[in-house]
Amino acid sequence: MHRRKRVTTAVMLVVALVAGGLALGLTRGADPVAETALRVPVGAEPTGSSVSLDASVFRPAGTGPFPAVLLAHGFGGSKNDQTADARYLAQHGFLALTWTARGFGRSTGRIHLDAPAYEVKDASRLVDLLGARSDVVKDGAGDPRVAVVGGSYGGALALLLAGSDRRVDALSPQITWNDLGQALFPQFAATDAFRATPAGVQPIAPTGVFKKVWAGLLFSAGAGNSSCGRFDPTVCAEYQRSAAAGVPTPGLAALLRASSPASVLDRITAPTLLVQGEADSLFPLSEGDANARGIAAHGTPVHVVWFGGGHDGGVAETDRLRTLTLTWLERWLLRRAVPTGPAFQASVVMPSQDGSPDTVTVRTAPALPGVTTGTTPGQSRIALTGPTQRAVAPAAGTPAAITNLPGLGALGRAASGLGGAFSPPGQAAVFQSAPLEAPLRLVGAPSVDLSVRSTAGDATLFAALYDDPGGGQAATLPEQLVSPVRLPVGPGGTVAHVVLPAVVHDFAAGHRLRLVVSTTDQAYALPADARTYQLSLAGAGALSLPVVPTSAGGGGSGRLVAAAVALAALLLVGLAIAAGLSRRRRHAPPDPELAEVPLVIDGLVKTYGGAFRAVSDLSFRVERGQVLGLLGPNGAGKTTAVRVMLGLLRPTAGQVRIFGFPAVAGAPVLSRVGAFVEGPGLVPHLTGRENLELYWRATGRPADDAHLAEALEVAGLDEDLTRKVRTYSQGMRQRLAIAQAMLGLPELLILDEPTNGLDPPQIREMRDVLGRYAATGRTVVVSSHLLSEVEQTCSHVVVMHHGRLVAQGPVAELVGAATSVLLDVDDVDLAVRVTEQVPGTQDIRRTPTGLSLRLVGTPRAELLRRLVEAGVGVERLAPQRGLEEAFLSLVGED
Amino acid sequence: MTAPHTHTHTHAGAHTGLEGATPPLGADPRTGAAVGYDPRRTLPLRVELRRQLSRRRTRLVFAFLVVLPLLLVAAFKLGSNSRDGQAPGLVDLATTGAANFTLFTLFVSTGFLLVVVVALFAGDTIASEASWSSLRYLLAMPVPRARLLRQKLLVALGLSLAALVLLPVTSYLAGGVFFGWAAPRLPLGGTLPTGETLLRLGIIVVYLAVTLLFVAALAFLLGVCTDAPLGAVGGAVLLVILSNILDAVTALGSLRHALPTHYSYSWTDALQPAVSWSAMISGALYSLAYSAVLLVAAWIRFQRKDITS
Repeated sequence: MHRRKRVTTAVMLVVALVAGGLALGLTRGADPVAETALRVPVGAEPTGSSVSLDASVFRPAGTGPFPAVLLAHGFGGSKNDQTADARYLAQHGFLALTWTARGFGRSTGRIHLDAPAYEVKDASRLVDLLGARSDVVKDGAGDPRVAVVGGSYGGALALLLAGSDRRVDALSPQITWNDLGQALFPQFAATDAFRATPAGVQPIAPTGVFKKVWAGLLFSAGAGNSSCGRFDPTVCAEYQRSAAAGVPTPGLAALLRASSPASVLDRITAPTLLVQGEADSLFPLSEGDANARGIAAHGTPVHVVWFGGGHDGGVAETDRLRTLTLTWLERWLLRRAVPTGPAFQASVVMPSQDGSPDTVTVRTAPALPGVTTGTTPGQSRIALTGPTQRAVAPAAGTPAAITNLPGLGALGRAASGLGGAFSPPGQAAVFQSAPLEAPLRLVGAPSVDLSVRSTAGDATLFAALYDDPGGGQAATLPEQLVSPVRLPVGPGGTVAHVVLPAVVHDFAAGHRLRLVVSTTDQAYALPADARTYQLSLAGAGALSLPVVPTSAGGGGSGRLVAAAVALAALLLVGLAIAAGLSRRRRHAPPDPELAEVPLVIDGLVKTYGGAFRAVSDLSFRVERGQVLGLLGPNGAGKTTAVRVMLGLLRPTAGQVRIFGFPAVAGAPVLSRVGAFVEGPGLVPHLTGRENLELYWRATGRPADDAHLAEALEVAGLDEDLTRKVRTYSQGMRQRLAIAQAMLGLPELLILDEPTNGLDPPQIREMRDVLGRYAATGRTVVVSSHLLSEVEQTCSHVVVMHHGRLVAQGPVAELVGAATSVLLDVDDVDLAVRVTEQVPGTQDIRRTPTGLSLRLVGTPRAELLRRLVEAGVGVERLAPQRGLEEAFLSLVGED
Repeated sequence: MTAPHTHTHTHAGAHTGLEGATPPLGADPRTGAAVGYDPRRTLPLRVELRRQLSRRRTRLVFAFLVVLPLLLVAAFKLGSNSRDGQAPGLVDLATTGAANFTLFTLFVSTGFLLVVVVALFAGDTIASEASWSSLRYLLAMPVPRARLLRQKLLVALGLSLAALVLLPVTSYLAGGVFFGWAAPRLPLGGTLPTGETLLRLGIIVVYLAVTLLFVAALAFLLGVCTDAPLGAVGGAVLLVILSNILDAVTALGSLRHALPTHYSYSWTDALQPAVSWSAMISGALYSLAYSAVLLVAAWIRFQRKDITS
């Protein structure tokens, strides 16, 4: 009962710990961070109407001063999008300021697309505000210690602010643009075959292809349900004219240029953590690459992270990005020497097979080639083959290929099939590599030279690199990305250097790389007239791939190392504790004076569960050659005492010594003890003989020492020895177990209730065996609740009751001390008279055939002599259940 | 002392047994041990292995692991192959050859079957001795307690590992005989050469062994704490299920990474064109850390325990 309770408790404890740990983790977000909402007046609109921003300050607990972080939101959002991040940063000791950009939410004013004169200037006002606060760390008068963090629209703002306001001390722009013109009118035909960075592209002069679906989505997010909504009227008008034409008006081009970080990168001196998304057809990796190159070119520290998400969805990796950002802020705002990890990290995303989230592996490089000073990316080449092919661009661009559905995120990817794409027939040229001999990990943008002829004076094309597994399986398009190009084409055709989308992708061995050059794509503005292109590979006809040596781990390696160290420490502590425990036990010294005494029990106390005393202050000793009976009613504490003797129980107080050595758990001296405790402990699926043999082999002692023949003879099982023990009767098991206890003929044999379940002849047999055993100079301790058994078997007896010793000594003495005698005589009256004269007689009673009496201190022989001398005819003199009398008188009536 | 002596003679001719008994062998005066006794030789691995191998449950488990792949083969042969998903998964690829069939068998066994097998070997080994009452005799032999745990754990882990190797081996053979020896097609497309395939299978088995070590350690600890084999095995399986359930609660976020079963299927990362190690390394480290804690707890508990079984 106790044990079961303890196990239940242990299980409940584990569950409670797990639940408690989880609850603790969940409630960690409830730290005392104080949020204060405020309105910040900023510069007026061109129309003269005043503008104020809706802002919030998240102040950490404590007095400060704190370093500050500006958190900028994405297009169409508000300050509320940043609340979770702000709280997170405030919990880590940063004062966070969130605000809604002008033209959005509850801020007034109009949208100018991160214009330097409006949104960027507004952010400078917020830096002023922080500079005036007493709870913000200052680097000078009006110069707060501040970082800017933001994604997309907020990311560009961070770059533009850092480029115009020297007070910014660190920044982390995420999934944002370098050149808004290139982002909305992408051109992936490059001026130069050589590219300085893995994802870089130097577009040729003509404006690229209008990214109409994304642009439309963004514009409508700002416009709401009126035609211009909260856009600045000039921005709105220029956009609408450009969208209709499919090329930017000069006015829009100028606006976009002003809102592009590209123009201010050389003025950014604050350390920059650049995060770009791999699943991003709006601001692809090439935009982040251009930002990184531009900032690093002037010696500013830059780290680049390519993560699994982006504007197309993908894997958000929210926790990892938060941690990376926090580390960056700790490094550059708190100026702590925390390791910020490798300069380049890229996520390899493997789609899951079973519906669970996709797995992300982080690959890292200590330097990003082309960005980190003094490095250039390596190049490798893979040959492509394919004839010159004709591809038709239909009038009005319909039907068009579908590779991606912008704005739908993960849904868009799912709708276009897992990594697949729809392409109308006749609209694409295909060039393939041979099957790969080894796996290929692509990190960055491959490029290829294409020869193009056109029936019109220009060509609009979409190049993409598919992963073709072969064997009838569908080819996949990594991240659903395509590279639009728009080329002027003379009558003799042209050769274009096309940069394919930058991706992080593993091509398996045996797969082919497949270059598909399509004439249409649903997401882009297409020429209205029909035309036909002739497409072929130019130059060496090979793909050129950037080589970025990366290694595993990186981002998580610190954690892994910590875990390994913690593990090692845990193991050491555990081993030390375990070793300490066992050593302490081993160190109780032996008592040489008792070396010849088989068993000494001294002041033994054993309580269970602190309450029930099974044994109280038990002391006795057993000498060599004795057969000692441990006598007591059921529950007297005999079995408990035996278990302590064998080191199975730890005594609460006192000790047991065997041949002078303390009988603790595993004490080597126990090898000289044979035991039978509370029933047999045999392995049921083995035969009787196997049980004994395996038992002896488990002792590790020489086989010759077992004296197996003698033990088997004691068991007397003969042919039954070849049967499995599970078929044995209770008595057979009992005998086998006693034989097992006798294996090796131990010097001290301890048998607990050995005759339970034996029939009378077997009991008598057992009695003889024990007697003979002791006669060989060995010692036997037998516990029993049967008086007659002890009386007939044992030379000495210890009587226990309620855990206490109530009597001990040679059996004969105890019997002599108070024995009842039954006399059958011819003359009862005479016998009574004679008996009354004998000293030490008590309780003389008449029986039908004689008398009974108790005899104390006088031998029975003396009584008999006196009776015979007095002329009484004695037919029978029988001691009557002598020990039982003694026992009952000693233990009382219960 | 003299009285019993006379018995020897009066009962001569019955089961005597002890007439050849020599005087006691004597003892080592330093430790008090009987001559020939050495605690480092007690409960040899071979003896413990024999004790376990002769048990019906051990044989049944191994027999089941041989029969299971055959049952799966029969199921695939009998059932019609209706494909409703577009993405090829391990299930769809199961009948394409020996390697894919092996991967499928491992995939369907990871969550429960292997957990039960390991919990059985590790949880039952001490608890069944307690329930047979033989534990007290082993300890009174005496087999030192720490050594008893070590030998029992080693044999339990060895049997678990054997089961873990047996399943893919029989699956590979059954798959090869019935579905051919074609090179495996990876779920993400592509194939691997046979040598590489066997290497990947080896990685998977090693990873499974490391993650299942947690289950073994948990079951072992419960087996030390209870005398009921069913309680130890069932308790371990229940706690693993609890961990799986918590792992399904996405609201727990990254806390789930610390759940011992979070990475139990990360071996599928070895099926990518290039093996992805990070999840497997995390899973292995978590498993080792949990196992260390649980095993140390088992050792401490057993050292101090009163043996009342």
